[in-house]
Amino acid sequence: MAIELIKRKNPSKVISMVSPFIALAVTLIAGVLIFLALGKNPINGLYSFFIEPLTEAWSVHELIIKAVPLVLIAVGLSVCFRSGNWNIGAEGQFIIGAMAGSILPIMMHDLQSPIILPLMLIMGFAGGALFGLIPAYLKNKFGTNEILTSLMLVYVAQLFLDWMVRGPWKNPEGFNFPESRAFHEFAVLPEMMSSGRANWGAVIAVIAVVIFAVLLGKTLKGFEIKVIGESERAGKFAGFDAKKMTIFAFLISGGLAGLAGLIEVAGAIQQMRPVISPGYGFTAIIVAFLGRLNPLGILAAGLVLALTYLGGEAAQISLGISDKVVRVFQGLLLFFVLLSDTFINYQVRFDNPWKNKQLDQAHVDSKKVGAE
Amino acid sequence: MKRRIFMLGAAALTAAMGLAASVTAQAEDKLKVGFVYIGPPGDFGWTYQHDQGRKAIEEALGDKVETTFLENVPEGGDSERAIERLARSGHGLIFTTSFGYMDPTLKVAKKFPKVKFEHATGYKRADNVTTYSSRFYEGRYLLGQIAARESKKGVAGYIASFPIPEVIRGINAFVLGAQSVNPDFKLKVVWVNTWFDPGKEADAAKTLVDQGVDIITQHTDSTAAMQVAAERGIKAFGQASDMIEFGKETQLTSIIDNWDDYYIARTKAVLDGSWKSEETWGGMADEMVHIAPFTNMADETKAEAEKTMAAIKSKEFHPFTGPIMKQDGSVWLKEGEVADDGTLLGMNFYVKGVDDKFPQ
Repeated sequence: MAIELIKRKNPSKVISMVSPFIALAVTLIAGVLIFLALGKNPINGLYSFFIEPLTEAWSVHELIIKAVPLVLIAVGLSVCFRSGNWNIGAEGQFIIGAMAGSILPIMMHDLQSPIILPLMLIMGFAGGALFGLIPAYLKNKFGTNEILTSLMLVYVAQLFLDWMVRGPWKNPEGFNFPESRAFHEFAVLPEMMSSGRANWGAVIAVIAVVIFAVLLGKTLKGFEIKVIGESERAGKFAGFDAKKMTIFAFLISGGLAGLAGLIEVAGAIQQMRPVISPGYGFTAIIVAFLGRLNPLGILAAGLVLALTYLGGEAAQISLGISDKVVRVFQGLLLFFVLLSDTFINYQVRFDNPWKNKQLDQAHVDSKKVGAE
Repeated sequence: MKRRIFMLGAAALTAAMGLAASVTAQAEDKLKVGFVYIGPPGDFGWTYQHDQGRKAIEEALGDKVETTFLENVPEGGDSERAIERLARSGHGLIFTTSFGYMDPTLKVAKKFPKVKFEHATGYKRADNVTTYSSRFYEGRYLLGQIAARESKKGVAGYIASFPIPEVIRGINAFVLGAQSVNPDFKLKVVWVNTWFDPGKEADAAKTLVDQGVDIITQHTDSTAAMQVAAERGIKAFGQASDMIEFGKETQLTSIIDNWDDYYIARTKAVLDGSWKSEETWGGMADEMVHIAPFTNMADETKAEAEKTMAAIKSKEFHPFTGPIMKQDGSVWLKEGEVADDGTLLGMNFYVKGVDDKFPQ
């Protein structure tokens, strides 16, 4: 007996909207089982994981700090993924953006003026965008698979940063530790309020969400992105150029990832280190899909994922469980999102090949549907 | 749809506040002691020993204290939040156990003047921030001496983490110990640029074995190198804890970081109100550096090592006693001169005999 997935002709729009909530709910149920298996009270576990970080102002600030890079990257990825360009290398664009922006405070340390920070933001965006252009160019020119090229460029970026921080950018007063000098005051994103560490990067992220919500939902460009993503051929008939779209999508997602990187180093870290991201570029892929590739959804999804990072710490303190549980939760969440999406778009059929020939015909039909 | 999300959020928040009130209502009269770890307590090295210290506090002071730890906290943006979380959740004493937590510890300490902080291996202090470290170099000298006696090829391999003074000091002490036995002894160094990464550590160990060393020592936290040495049939030294379980035929001895006594003393000091900011740099004499049993070596080597250990412990002998030349051949310490702590703490040069270019 074979199990087969058949594409539904009219997947329910409503279910598709609520599927992230279904996934979240199932993740919580799985969480209860995990806590039970660990011998911990599941109510306390879920409380410290998902609610405790929201009960204090400072912790909400930390949540925002953690969500900003996820949201910014995921918004850019939504443009990419909607247009059928699979940028898996946001992590690398994040790093290169951060490095591009850090040139000013590290290499031109004596240049201190209020103009530095805006310049850094621009350079961060530009750095990420240029790095994102590499897989886009390779795809257009040679037909390379952008999933592979963008992913492998992540390692290039990571090792480049590593080398810079251990070599040319090493802090001369840092006792040989692999880190750059601390950013001067003009290169640091100011905090918004005195109640916590959250900085103006949060506002930038919200502005990006609004801009792209409008762009994707209300403009011709948004329509173009959608059409090309669903069918390149249909796009051609409408006069849309898929190659230009690839360049555009990688520019935007690379740029936003680079901007996120710059905000992270100019805000939370305030210097360059060999590792500046706990995998934001990859976690943002979960955020993008959890948010239905919709900027407003991504804003919510980014906050949820950020919460799992903080909740992991809270749970370590209050329950004494391993930090690995965080990764388990994030993995479960993505797994259930993809699972519920699969059930929304596909029917499951248990196929028995030697039963009758009628089914075989249906099989062929379903293949045709699937190929569209 | 948007309204629904809002309603959900509001409901969750209300529920949260109710729960929060009930949780914080619990009585709090114990001293809460928090630890921030760079690795997992199961690394059987650096973090493991700190965790042993944490357990020792619980054992010694029982129901007067409550301890918690955060593991795998990366140095950088996340560590400040981790430390602040401990400070906010009612911890009165917080140990941050990696060099890279230095600035974040000071930042949080400024915000919480009543909380006491103890930062391991750092050099910046404040009224509520103490620093503490061990004179691991005393053990390293001993290791070097044993290596020179037991190595047939006269070459040892050193897996080093970051070129900071603490690690440089260890390398120099090892070489000086080895040269006290065999002036031509060679030391190869591999920098892995991590404290804890079993994969990288194992690769480094394999590289060193392929380059012809027959003894391995390390300044990283996992047992990976010991396991590689065991597979390849050469000898190795454990690090931070007794790693004999991972190389019964392999481990010569191990430097054991003993934080138990220090941690208990500092916790007691907070309990009785006598805690104050200070700098501790303890060695064998202070029981901060322990040495695992001497195994898998000749009896003469063992006897010599025991003699040296006794001399260091009684402060009769200091591993950095002249004449010592720097790598470039210039004189650092004259005959009979002993290095001062300031130079040792900021050590940024190799002594003669290290077969490695100083990482700049």
